[in-house]
Amino acid sequence: MTRTDILPLAVRTVSAWTATLLIVFPLLWLVLTAFKTELQAIAVPPELFFTPTLENFGEVQQRSDYLLFAKNSLITSLGSTLLGLLIAAPAAYSMAFFRTRRTRDVLMWMLSTKMMPAVGALVPIYVLAQTSGMLDTLTGLTIVFTMSNLPIMVWMLYSSFKDIPPEILEASRMDGATLWGEFRHVILPLGMGGIASTGLLCLVLSWNEAFWSLNLSSAKAGTLAALIASYSSPEGLFWAKLSAASLMAIAPIVVFGWFSQKQLVQGLTFGAVK
Amino acid sequence: MHTVAQPIASPGDDSVASDTVQDERATASRWLPRVLLAPAVSTLFLWMIVPLVMTLYFSVVRYNLMQPGPTEFIGLANFHYFATDPDFGPSVINTLLLLGSVIAITVLLGTGLALLVNEPFPGRGIVRVLLISPFFVMPTANALLWKHMMMNPIYGVLAQVSQFFGLTPIDWLTDHPLLSVIVIVSWQWLPFACLIFMTSLQSLDREQMEAARMDGANALQRFWFLTMPHLGRPVAVVVMIEMIFLMSVFAEIFTTTGGGPGNASTNVAFLIFKQALMNFDVGVASAGALFAVLLANIAAVFLIRLIGKNLDK
Amino acid sequence: MSFLQLQGIEKTFGDVRTIKGIDLGIERGEFVVFVGPSGCGKSTLLRLIAGLEVIDLGKLVLDGRDITRLPSSKRDLAMVFQSYALYPHMSVADNMSFALRLAGASRAVIDEKVKRAAEILNLLPYLDRTPRELSGGQRQRVAIGRAIVRSPKIFLFDEPLSNLDAALRGQTRVEIAKLHRDLGATTIYVTHDQVEAMTLADRVVVLRDGQIEQVGTPLALYDRPANQFVAQFIGTPRMNVVAADAVPQFEAVLGMKVPAGGFVGLRPESIALTSPAQGQVQAHVELVEALGAETLIHVSTDRGAQFVSRQNERTVLSAGDAVGLRFDPAQAHLFDAQGRVARNAGAVAH
Repeated sequence: MTRTDILPLAVRTVSAWTATLLIVFPLLWLVLTAFKTELQAIAVPPELFFTPTLENFGEVQQRSDYLLFAKNSLITSLGSTLLGLLIAAPAAYSMAFFRTRRTRDVLMWMLSTKMMPAVGALVPIYVLAQTSGMLDTLTGLTIVFTMSNLPIMVWMLYSSFKDIPPEILEASRMDGATLWGEFRHVILPLGMGGIASTGLLCLVLSWNEAFWSLNLSSAKAGTLAALIASYSSPEGLFWAKLSAASLMAIAPIVVFGWFSQKQLVQGLTFGAVK
Repeated sequence: MHTVAQPIASPGDDSVASDTVQDERATASRWLPRVLLAPAVSTLFLWMIVPLVMTLYFSVVRYNLMQPGPTEFIGLANFHYFATDPDFGPSVINTLLLLGSVIAITVLLGTGLALLVNEPFPGRGIVRVLLISPFFVMPTANALLWKHMMMNPIYGVLAQVSQFFGLTPIDWLTDHPLLSVIVIVSWQWLPFACLIFMTSLQSLDREQMEAARMDGANALQRFWFLTMPHLGRPVAVVVMIEMIFLMSVFAEIFTTTGGGPGNASTNVAFLIFKQALMNFDVGVASAGALFAVLLANIAAVFLIRLIGKNLDK
Repeated sequence: MSFLQLQGIEKTFGDVRTIKGIDLGIERGEFVVFVGPSGCGKSTLLRLIAGLEVIDLGKLVLDGRDITRLPSSKRDLAMVFQSYALYPHMSVADNMSFALRLAGASRAVIDEKVKRAAEILNLLPYLDRTPRELSGGQRQRVAIGRAIVRSPKIFLFDEPLSNLDAALRGQTRVEIAKLHRDLGATTIYVTHDQVEAMTLADRVVVLRDGQIEQVGTPLALYDRPANQFVAQFIGTPRMNVVAADAVPQFEAVLGMKVPAGGFVGLRPESIALTSPAQGQVQAHVELVEALGAETLIHVSTDRGAQFVSRQNERTVLSAGDAVGLRFDPAQAHLFDAQGRVARNAGAVAH
């Protein structure tokens, strides 16, 4: 690094940090407010230094049975991830290792189903859910989440399976591995990273899923996304509680999201950006 | 032309019959791939076809959810109704405004941020992590965060900041509903664009940059002639992806403005929702849904072509 | 019947007939090198033998057993890949023992064989490392060790030295030669480098466009190439092959009739440079390459025919100097217009 780089470095550092802090400020403010009392939360001018309290977290649970919604979020997210992996992994394996001339078309078709706006399917899915009694059930939500995420999961698993160098598979064949042996000893261990990150991404997408949660669930199967939405109309002083509830709802996923950045780019751009 | 090194053995030699041991891989290759693909393909097919067929059907009948079932075939009346809805025109305009603004903001700011963060500086790792965060906040929490904490005209942060500067605070959600939604959605998607551009910039050819530097190009020229074209493709991808996903912006509107005041912040998706689950008019909503799907298809066609080129690698 | 017999082997990819009918016999304990330019089908042929590609036509017989339709896992062959293809998630020891573990061999047998192979290849200190922690040369030895452990009927090498740097390449070449001498295993080795072919092979198979051009010992190929292609492929610098018309003095100097439209082939060491007065053909120097132990001098005749001459002594010549060329008729190869050999150099000192 030459001398002429120092000044630009300082400028860059300051501007990058300033921009970042400005952008992330709402989140930081949210975190702070979650630990304030309601009075502190609406104080004008806002208090930056205060003694943190945990009372909000408890009250949220009392007022709106936070744990129920959290449990629903957990079940639907985990459920859709597992179900999705069960369906997507064999498909991805088939397309990656038994590639035919149609493989590419099938993959593109799968991706195209994700490109249709969810609102296009709102009416029929709602009617179906209503008539089959799946409205406001965890099962119904899980199925919908699974299908929503399936194309992306297939795509991402396919990508990571394809990344396994074919010579390694050939070497295992020379070493005497059968088809199942190849899968068990080479593909599975080497593809585990891709499977994990695909699962992580699905977890994130399902947890945050708001469209179907809002429309297909209410008191019984509502997820955290729906719960938070119910805070929309204020009832008295409630900002600190809202912050606490939101913080609890978003914190794990934001952290997961940090770990799945790369997969996110891959998955959500359908691999169009390297 | 070749030299034969050994005499060719004639058929019928005393060697083991060649076809008795079948390659299990060859036989498996026939049925295994299809069996493995079947669950994904069949479920996705149903997921695509069933709603589509139902929507087509509903769009040409009269069906209100409060009544037991679809009643009569009414042809294109639903489409007519949807299109002549006084909210229809504004909703289309709002959709386009929302799409255009968010895309413009995220692409421009995203590029700027990505460029800023591209070269190393102290704390870069943390900055990157922080910048990504808004994308992982669930849309409803995001919406409420802005609605109450930031945009509230009395206690909100924005209000307090403008008061600090002696300006009257803006009542965002009441006076500028669509703009507020645009801000909320942009804040959520900015990290996405930023992340994509950051990833893309990493693959910029360093040697090409150095060659340009040696050829006498200054920073601005290098940006214009080398970086911009390289970013062309990720920008296209971001624009198309956002077009597809932003068409369905719903949760934010639902949680903050409820489409109002009036129809000021209603987009096509919300309009369909209103018809379906507030007016319970399934027929009209289906007609609207087909319209939305048509719009999305246009964007999807371009995106598919772009991905297709990538898949062949 | 040879140890490994290829009969009429053919392979087509899409519309392209990559392998056009190969007949070849390989003896037990032989070190055979498949050599040829890129795209000649040498790697494909190796993969057909290995079972990684399916043979379209023909028969493959190993030690009396028809293996044409057998899967790779049942052929008792071991392959060393160009990219080594080590299992990245396994240790060196596990990489080497993988095949035996799949076959259900006892722990004791596995350990003993792995240890023995590791000793031969100097891999004992690395047995617990993963491939990521090894250098290129070490990885390659693990790949070889993986093959040795299996005691296969034939070792197959697919351009194993291409990914190594020049210094390591020479060293490893010698190690492979010693390994073959010590183990005496039948080996098929694919390379595009004719130096490797010359130094390692008991016999060389020169391939072009999916067909065998010539099979023979390295020196046989060097001294008696069957056609112009082989003549110019083997030996570096390349044999000078010049159209007979380009040097009218050829027939007079060599004292033999060149086929119409044909070519004369002279190895660089068969061309002597003298003063213009003593030369049979006049030329001037284009370029001098002084390599220390030998000197290569590029010359061009008045009619534009290019020759490279090789000599062991240093030279005072420089570009532009006029020289005379002297050809030794005994060392001349004659080729007809289609490139087939009409006459090989006789009276070659061995």
